[in-house]
Parts: sequence; C-alpha cells; structure tokens
Amino acid sequence: MAQRILIDPVTRIEGHAKITVHLDDNGAVSDARFHVVEFRGFEKFCEGRPFWEMPAMTGRVCGICPVSHLLASAKTGDAIMAVAIPPAAEQLRRMMNLGQIIQSHALSFFHLSGPDLFLGFDSEPSQRNVFGLMAQDPDLARKGIRLRQFGQEVIEILGGRKIHPSWAVPGGVREGLSNSGRERIRAWLPEAKATTLEGLSRFKGLLDRHKLELDSFGNFPSLFMSLVGDDGGWEHYGGHLKFVDSNGQTLAERIEPKDYRTYIGESVEHDSYLKSPYYKPLGFEAGLYRVGPLARLNVCSHMPTPAANQELAEYRERFQRTAHTAFLYHYARLIEILCGIETIEQIIDDPVLDSHLIRAEAGVNSLEGVGVSEAPRGTLFHHYKVDEQGLLTWVNLIIATGQNNLAMNRTMLQIARQFIKDPRNIPEGALNRLEAGIRAYDPCLSCSTHALGQMPLIIQCVAANGEILHEIQR
Amino acid sequence: MADKTLTINGQVVQAQEGQTLLQAAREAGFPIPTLCHLEGLSDPGSCRVCMVEQTGSSRLLPACTTRVSDHLVIETNSKRVREERRKVVELLFAERNHVCAVCVACGHCELQDLAIEVGMDHVRFDYDHPDCKIDLSHHLYGIDHNRCVLCTRCVRACDEVEGAHTWDVAGWGKETRVVTDHGQPWGNSETCTSCGKCVQACPTAAIFIKGMTVAESRKHPAEIGFLVKSREHLHCQD
Ligand code: SF4
Ligand code: FES
Repeated sequence: MAQRILIDPVTRIEGHAKITVHLDDNGAVSDARFHVVEFRGFEKFCEGRPFWEMPAMTGRVCGICPVSHLLASAKTGDAIMAVAIPPAAEQLRRMMNLGQIIQSHALSFFHLSGPDLFLGFDSEPSQRNVFGLMAQDPDLARKGIRLRQFGQEVIEILGGRKIHPSWAVPGGVREGLSNSGRERIRAWLPEAKATTLEGLSRFKGLLDRHKLELDSFGNFPSLFMSLVGDDGGWEHYGGHLKFVDSNGQTLAERIEPKDYRTYIGESVEHDSYLKSPYYKPLGFEAGLYRVGPLARLNVCSHMPTPAANQELAEYRERFQRTAHTAFLYHYARLIEILCGIETIEQIIDDPVLDSHLIRAEAGVNSLEGVGVSEAPRGTLFHHYKVDEQGLLTWVNLIIATGQNNLAMNRTMLQIARQFIKDPRNIPEGALNRLEAGIRAYDPCLSCSTHALGQMPLIIQCVAANGEILHEIQR
Repeated sequence: MADKTLTINGQVVQAQEGQTLLQAAREAGFPIPTLCHLEGLSDPGSCRVCMVEQTGSSRLLPACTTRVSDHLVIETNSKRVREERRKVVELLFAERNHVCAVCVACGHCELQDLAIEVGMDHVRFDYDHPDCKIDLSHHLYGIDHNRCVLCTRCVRACDEVEGAHTWDVAGWGKETRVVTDHGQPWGNSETCTSCGKCVQACPTAAIFIKGMTVAESRKHPAEIGFLVKSREHLHCQD
C-alpha cells in the first residue's frame, strides 16, 4: 500500500510550509514535495492602485524581503515613467540592495544554518540552535550577528527604517546619504570584511565533515539563471538575464528584463500555492532552473571585486566551473557577502553620492513595465500594466522561492532517499536534513524557525486511503 | 460684545458672545478633537467628532457649531464623550478602505491621529469594503475615494476661499461622494484653478499630490486659516 510521510512545520511566521514524503508499496521513498502556502492573491489585491504606491506596498504587504521588492518595484516604476534615474540614485539603490544581501545572507548562514553546519546535523536537537552555537562558539556567533547588523545598518541609514523603508521610488530615491551616515558605514566596513573572511575560512574547513550532505543536498544537474553585468560579471541590480545549462554552456544571454516571458514559463501546481517557473524553450521538465547565490556564481564570468573574485577562483577549483549541489548555496552566500562589502567600499567613495539630483519626475510614458533585481534568494521580477493615468490594471510577480520550487522538490527527494531507509523508524537527523535541504535555498518562509529552537514538526505516515499509519511529533 | 459665563469641566469660563464651545474650551486650555472643522472655513458640524456633554441633557452637542451661552455646564472629556468619539472614529474607518500601512499619508494623517487620540485599538464594526474609485485625471492631483471621510473641507476651501466651487457633494447614503464639476473627471474640470487648496484642506490622503509614495504626503491645513486671516487683515486696512 502506498504511504505518505507528512512533515508539517507550524512556523512562527506567516510562511507555512510542509514536506511530504511519498512511499511506494514497499515502503521505499518514491517522491517528495515541498508545499508552500502563501503569496497568492497579492497580485490581484494591487489592481486599481496607482503604480507609484507599489514599491512600499509590495515591501510592506509581503514582509519577506521588503528591500528587494521595493527595488524591483521602483525599477518597474522607472520603466513605466520611461526615465533613466539619476546616477546618484542608482548608486544608492545598489548600496541598499547590497545591504539587504549582506544582512539576509548573514542571517541565513550564521543564524539559521550555522547550528547545523558548526554543531553537526546529528547534534543534540535541543542544542542545535543559535543559542547552542553561542554556547560553543560565542565569538563566531557574536560576529555573525554583528555582520547582519551591518547590513541592516546600511539599509536603515539609507531608508530611515530597518524593515520597511519606503525609500526607493519610481524615478529614484527619496533621500540622499547623509555625511554622518556615510561615515558610519565607512567605519564599519573593515570589521564586516574581517568577519566574512573568517566565516569563509571556517566554512572551508567544514567541507570535509559534511561530505555526505555535499553529495546529497540537491546534487543534480539543472539550469541556472541570474542577472549578469554587461561584461558577464556578477550583478545584482542592473545588467541582463542569462541562462546557462548544467555544464555552464550559455543557453540564452543578453535577455532584456522586459522580454522575460519569452524565456520563462509559469506553471501552477495543484498542491502548492507557489507558481513554478521553468525555462520555456526546454519545457516544464527539462526547463528546471535554479536561482540565487549558487546560480549567480555559476552564471557569472567573474566577481567584479578583487577579494571576491579570488574566492570565486578557489571555489571553482574545488567544485568545477558549474557547481551542482545546493549545499554550496552556503559557500556562495559568503562569497557574495564579501563582494557586497567590497562594492560598498567602492560606492562609499564615489563623489556622485554628493549630487542632489536623486529623483526623476515624470508621469506615465509607457503602459507596461518590468523591473528585475537580484534578491538575496534569487532573481525577482515585477511586471505591471497600467492605464494612462497610472492605475494598475495587471500585476505579475515572480519570486525567487518560486523559481527554486522545482529544485527544492528534487532536493527533498534526494535527501529522503539518502537518509530515510526505514519509514517506520525515521531518525531525527533525517528530518533535520530535510529541513536543512530546504534551508539551503533559504526560502523566504522558513527563516526564523531555527532562531529560537527547532521547528515544530509533525510527521505522518499516511496510507493511500488516507489512514494515518503512525505519527511522529517533536 | 457681552461676555458669557459657562462651566467647562468644572471650571468657570468667560467667553465672548458668538463664540463656539470649541473656541471657548480651547482658549480655556481644554482640547477637543475635530475633523470637519478647519480654521478659516464655515462649520457644517457634520463629523460629530467634537461632541461634548451638557450636564442635565441627554443629547451631546457638537462643540464646533454650538454657541456659548450663560449657565451652560459642559464636559469635554467625560467617559460618555470619549466612548462616543471612539465610536464615530471607528465608523469612519469601517465605512471606507483606510489602509494606513500602505497609505501615502501614513504618519501625517488627521484620521490616523484621531484614531490614536481616541484609543482605537481595533474597530468593533464590520468593515463595509465599498468599491471606491480613484481619479487621477488631473495633471497634478488625485482623489482616492477609499480614503475620503466626507468632511467636505475640500468643498468649503474651494468654494469659500478659492471661489471656484469645483468640488461638491453628490449621491446619497453609502453612495455619497465628493465630485468635481458635477461628476466630471477632475482633469476635465473647467472651474478648477489647480490652486491645491483642497489638497491642503483634506485631512487624509483622499486628495493627494500625484507621484507620492507611502508616508510621503504632508499636508498644511493651517494655510487655509492663514490665508483667510491675511485677507481679513487686508480688508481692515482698506
Ligand atoms: S476629499 Fe478629503 S477634504 Fe474632501 S471630503 Fe473627502 S476627506 Fe474631506
Ligand atoms: S468638528 Fe465638529 S462636527 Fe466635525
């Protein structure tokens, strides 16, 4: 009789996810799925509103990565106004996006995944959290928290608020960077850089210990997509879209964001609220692509800053030109943090920041606009249509977690096959690995769960006829 | 002008004949919240936010339109008054679609301030969720009926101060809307001078400057009173 194992985490945030492991008649794992219940309805909800309210609206209503939505939305507004924003505004927006990438990656690495990585996947569950990490390695935990604070500080200095800065607007930004703010950021940069380098060397030292995870956490070929700069280098805000295959061969490049629909198809699956985008020319199955730190490092030719580029070279030496295992999302995050810090070092000295021209004004000049930026978790698309007065008539958003959805399912299956041998006796470490496999992608919904302890889990073995065979709860 | 003697919150107060309870109370140092009242404009007494209690009477009185008289005994902040005010503000919220968190006036809105002042931690009435339109046809300003509280401050500022009378009120009950030029799109209005007085007079962001994003709208309603005062001053010099 076919069975189903259900892991239903009741998270402490809005995001609510569950993992089901399907068993065949012999009790072997046949399929695994990650289900997400959120984000629908938002696109409809915005219709009828003026487009210039969207940056703050998307940032507010979806509290997942507000800065990323803010920027993608402001860029969409730029496209509707058909303006080139002032150079100072672009540099400031870039700095905020880097602040967001740094703080989000630092949270993911040190706070959420650090306990697994540094204490071990099979370590005592009651200790396997940020407090356990603090007890074992207080210096590293504290530095990690400070690094996240640095990213938040950049956002706060620019936007005036940590969580919901409605600061980027269609046409530019609302306020420039104060001298005192500029100095505060400048003064913190060396410490942030030192922590990142330490994190990198500590992580490299762990790679051997996590050999099994390296091999089984979503280690499969797939396509990858991200923004790249005009010279093919790593990019997070401008540039073009590029797709590569699992060998690093270019499938499509120099894609203007406005043409994304030629390359990306969106399918809605019956058991998840997340849309599953795929690379259209190859169809739904073969078109599985991944986004986020791992993808960005696979797609780009180089990192635009010296230290990060050197780290990239070492990373590629270890894992070849195109890395496949999702476990390396962690590694890629650290390299991106380093690049972010180095880039902020450059921007902070840019004299263009002194300019008072930071906001272009214009009405509706185009009835449609697409805005794309790299969120910490991957490429984020905003696409709006407006009437001549600027009221939204249609909205489409593609979020990073959605684009990684198919890959996360594949990853669940791989981990379940590797670590669940007997469905009647599932070790805690296997459950933790399923969670950790999801967490490697850092999907927006499951953050926070490890911050205060372990995720409440219900695992049900459900027969095909719906009968619950047995249930594990922790 | 003869003085009138009345009692406000237990304190004997002298006021000039013709003054409103609102003026007398404010001069005596007793604040009373208002919404449809705006210095410099006539008072319709329509919003009922400024209600005060008259000892010995079961009816509450609007402070902005009630004139002072001898022997009046008034409570401006009794339990009953506070409860009524809160109810009025809650009903205003329930009537249209006020979403402070994503509103351009967030943090600078008289309605939001009122909600805080009356201690409205939630709304006890069902929200009506009406389907309200936004008119962005004017080249500078927009009107979002979702945020309108029908205080008519725009109508009076436009008529009494600018003299254009572009704005008016149309419809009945739930369908009541402020309109420009008998319901023409604002951008087609031949009477509107684009002076922006309605923008400043509006206590929420129902009328707003186009292009603004969340929390960016800051109004200067006192400008209306300032204009009127300076005109009076000019007249006196003539
Ligand atoms: S538009 Fe503003 S000023 Fe006019 S009635 Fe509505 S809330 Fe009052
Ligand atoms: S302020 Fe008195 S009734 Fe509105």
